[in-house]
Amino acid sequence: MSLAGLLIAAVLFAVGTYLVLQRMLSRVIIGLGLMSHGANLLIMLSGPGPAQPPVIGADGGGLPVADPLPQAMVLTAIVITFGITAFLLALALRSYVLTGSDAVEDDIEDRRISRAKHTAEVTPPLEVHEVAE
Amino acid sequence: MSSLRGSAILEAGVITVSGPLLVFSVYLLFAGHNQPGGGFAGGLVAGIALLLAWVAGGMETVRRVVPIRAGVLLGFGLTLAAISGFASMFAGLGFLESGYLEFSVPGVGKVKVVSALAFDMGVYLVIVGMALGLVRVLGEDETLDAEAAS
Amino acid sequence: MTWLLPSVVAVPVLGAGLTVLIGRRLRLQRAIALSGVAFVLVAAVLLLIEADSNGAAVAQLGGWPAPFGITLVADRFAGIVLTVSTAMLIAVLVYAMAQLGRDALDWWFHTKYLILTAGVALSLVTGDLFNLFVGFEMMLIASYVLLTVKTGPGEVRATMSYVVINLVASALFLVVIAFTYTVAGTLNLADLAVAFQTLDPAVRSALGLLTLVVFGIKAAIFPLFMWLPDSYPTAPTPVTAIFAGLLTKVGVFVIIRTQTLLFSQDEPSTLLLFIAGATMTVGVLGAIAQNDIKRILSFHIVSQIGYMVMGLGFLTVAGLAAAILYITHHIVVKTGLFLVGGLVEAEEGTGALDRIGGLLHRRPIIAVMFLPLALSLAGIPPFSGFVAKLALLQEGLALDRGIIVAVSLAVSLLTLFSMTKIWGGVFWGETTEPSVPAARGMTVATGSVVALSLGVALFAGPLADLATRAAADLVDPAVYTGLVLGGG
Repeated sequence: MSLAGLLIAAVLFAVGTYLVLQRMLSRVIIGLGLMSHGANLLIMLSGPGPAQPPVIGADGGGLPVADPLPQAMVLTAIVITFGITAFLLALALRSYVLTGSDAVEDDIEDRRISRAKHTAEVTPPLEVHEVAE
Repeated sequence: MSSLRGSAILEAGVITVSGPLLVFSVYLLFAGHNQPGGGFAGGLVAGIALLLAWVAGGMETVRRVVPIRAGVLLGFGLTLAAISGFASMFAGLGFLESGYLEFSVPGVGKVKVVSALAFDMGVYLVIVGMALGLVRVLGEDETLDAEAAS
Repeated sequence: MTWLLPSVVAVPVLGAGLTVLIGRRLRLQRAIALSGVAFVLVAAVLLLIEADSNGAAVAQLGGWPAPFGITLVADRFAGIVLTVSTAMLIAVLVYAMAQLGRDALDWWFHTKYLILTAGVALSLVTGDLFNLFVGFEMMLIASYVLLTVKTGPGEVRATMSYVVINLVASALFLVVIAFTYTVAGTLNLADLAVAFQTLDPAVRSALGLLTLVVFGIKAAIFPLFMWLPDSYPTAPTPVTAIFAGLLTKVGVFVIIRTQTLLFSQDEPSTLLLFIAGATMTVGVLGAIAQNDIKRILSFHIVSQIGYMVMGLGFLTVAGLAAAILYITHHIVVKTGLFLVGGLVEAEEGTGALDRIGGLLHRRPIIAVMFLPLALSLAGIPPFSGFVAKLALLQEGLALDRGIIVAVSLAVSLLTLFSMTKIWGGVFWGETTEPSVPAARGMTVATGSVVALSLGVALFAGPLADLATRAAADLVDPAVYTGLVLGGG
C-alpha cells in the first residue's frame, strides 16, 4: 500500500460514485468503469507491505520481484469488468434505440406514487406487464 | 462514425498497426506461462486489433479479418478450457495440474509445451469471441442507422 | 473422489461450450443442458454423502497445496445447499423447456443457464475469496443476460438497475479482497480464519462490516434490498423462479460462511438480529401493498431472507442449524411458488390479482399445488416452513431474545394474510374468460417441486440432524481450517 495510490483510488471511487448517481446511462457506465478501476488499483497496491511500490520491491535487493498474485487477480477482474461493461453498453444502446433517450426511467412504484399525487385519490395499481410492453 | 470512414491516413495507420497487434497477441499467449502474458492479455490485445479494424473499415473489414461467428469462438474456447482441465486428470495428474512435454525441433531448438497452454488458448478464444461479439452488437451499421433515424 | 469436486464447475462450463458449438439444434442443446445439470446434481449428492462421513470433500486444483493454490471445499453446509440448488435448477430447466418452447426461442438460453449453474456451484464450493468473486460474477453475468431474454423498454430498465447495483457491490467486493490481502497476505478462507485471529479487532470489524454490505446487497437484506422487487418480476417465469430460489440464497450462504468463519464472535449479534427483524418486516409490508403475483412473491423473498439472517444472528449451533434448514426449505418453496405464479400467468395471460379469478374450478391442479407451498411459506404445520420456523423460535426463546421472536411471529401472520390475498384473487371469485392450458411439462416440473417441498417436511427429522451437524462445523472455525489446511 502506498498513500498516493490510496488517494488515487479514493478519488476514482468518489468520481465514480457521483457519476453512478446520474440519470444518463452513459455517465453511469463511465462511473462504474472508474469505480472498478479504483478497486483494481487497490488490488494492485495490496501486494507489497506498507509504503512499498506495487511493481518491484523498494530496494530491489530484499524483494527481487513483485508479488504476482495481485497482478493475476487484477487481470481477471479487468477482463470480467470488460465483459460487463460491454454488456452494459449494448444495453444502453438498446435502451437508446427503444426510447430515444439515454436516461433511466422511473420505476413502477415511483410512477404509481407520482400518479397518486396528481389525482389525489387512490389510483388502481399499475400492472407490470402494461409497462413491460 | 461516417466522418471517420474513408480517411486514407486512418486506414493506412490501422492496417499497419492491427497486423502486428494480432501477432503480438499470439506472442503473449505463448509467452504466458513463464513470462508476462497469457490468454487473458493476449485475447484483449487481439480484441483491440479487431476494434481498430472496425474503426477503419466497419463491419465488413471485421468480417473479412475473422470470418467466424463470435459464438463459435466463445463455444470452442469454453470447451477447450474445460476439456484441458479434465485431460490432465486422465493423464494421472490433478484437475488443471500442469504437465509438460519437452522435445527438440530441428532448426528451432528445444521446445517446451505446457499443458496449461491449452487452457490459456481456450481463455484466449473466449476473450476474442467476447470482443468480436461486442463489435458485432455495438458496431452493426444497421443499429447505428436506426439510431440516427430515431 | 478428487475429480468430483472440480467437475461440478467444469462440467457445466464444458456443456455451455458445447451448446454453442453445436449451433441451432434444439434437441441436442436440451439434452446437453439437462445432462450437465443432472451430472451436477448427482455429484452434489455424492459430495454431500462424502462430506457427511468425512467432514468435507477438499480438492486442491493444479496440485498446489492449500494456502497457495486454488482450493475447493464442500463441507456439509455447502453440500446441502448445492444439492438443493441443483435439484431446483433441474426442475426449472424442465419448466423452461416446456414454456420457452412455446414462446420465443432463445438460442443462447441453455448456454446462459449452464454458466449460471457453474457460477452457483463455484460460489458454493470455493475455498478462497477471489474465486468466490469469480463464481459470483459468472453467476451474475449469466443472470444479467437471462434477464434480457425479452428486450422491451421495461426489461432494459429493470436490468439496468439490477446490473448497476450488482456491479457497485462487485467493486466493493474487490475492495474487500484488496484490503484483506493487504492485512493478511492470503485469500484462502481457512488461512484467513487463522490469520484473522491475531488481527487488530478494529480492522477485523471494519472488514466484517464491509463484507456484510457487499453480500447484503447480493442477498437483499435491509436496507439494501430495494433493487430486488423491481428487477425480478420483469423476467420470464423460469428465470425469475431460479433467481428467487437461488441467487439471493447464495448471498446468504456467503454471509453465513464469512460471518462464522472469519468474523465469528461468541454471543448473539444484535446488529444481525436487528437487520433480520427489519428485513422481515419491510419485505412483508411491501408484499401486502402489491397486486401482482410475481411482485408479491418478490417482496416475500426479502422478507424470508430475514429469517435466515435471524438464525445466523444467534450464532449458536441450534440457530445456524435452523438457518440451514430454513435455506433448504426456502429454496424449494420459493422456486415452487414462482413456478405456480408462472402457470397462472401462462393460463390467464396476466398476474394481476384483480383481473383473474375462479381458477379453482377450471384448473384445480394449480390450486392444489399452490396451497401447500403458500402454507409452508407462512409456516403453518405440518409443512416444511413450520419445522424451520419452529427451530428458529425455540432458539430465540432459549436465548431470551423476545423481540425478534415476536417480530418473526407477526411477520408470519402477515405472510399468511398476503398468501390468502393471492388465493382469494386467483382461485376464488368470478370466472374470467376461458384460458389457454399451460404446457404439461410446466405442470409436471412444478408438481415435482411441490413434492420435494413435502419431502422436506416429511424428512424434517434426518434433515434437522444433518443441519445440526453442518452447523456444528460452522460454529467452530477450527473444523474448517483443519479440513482444508491439515487434511490437504
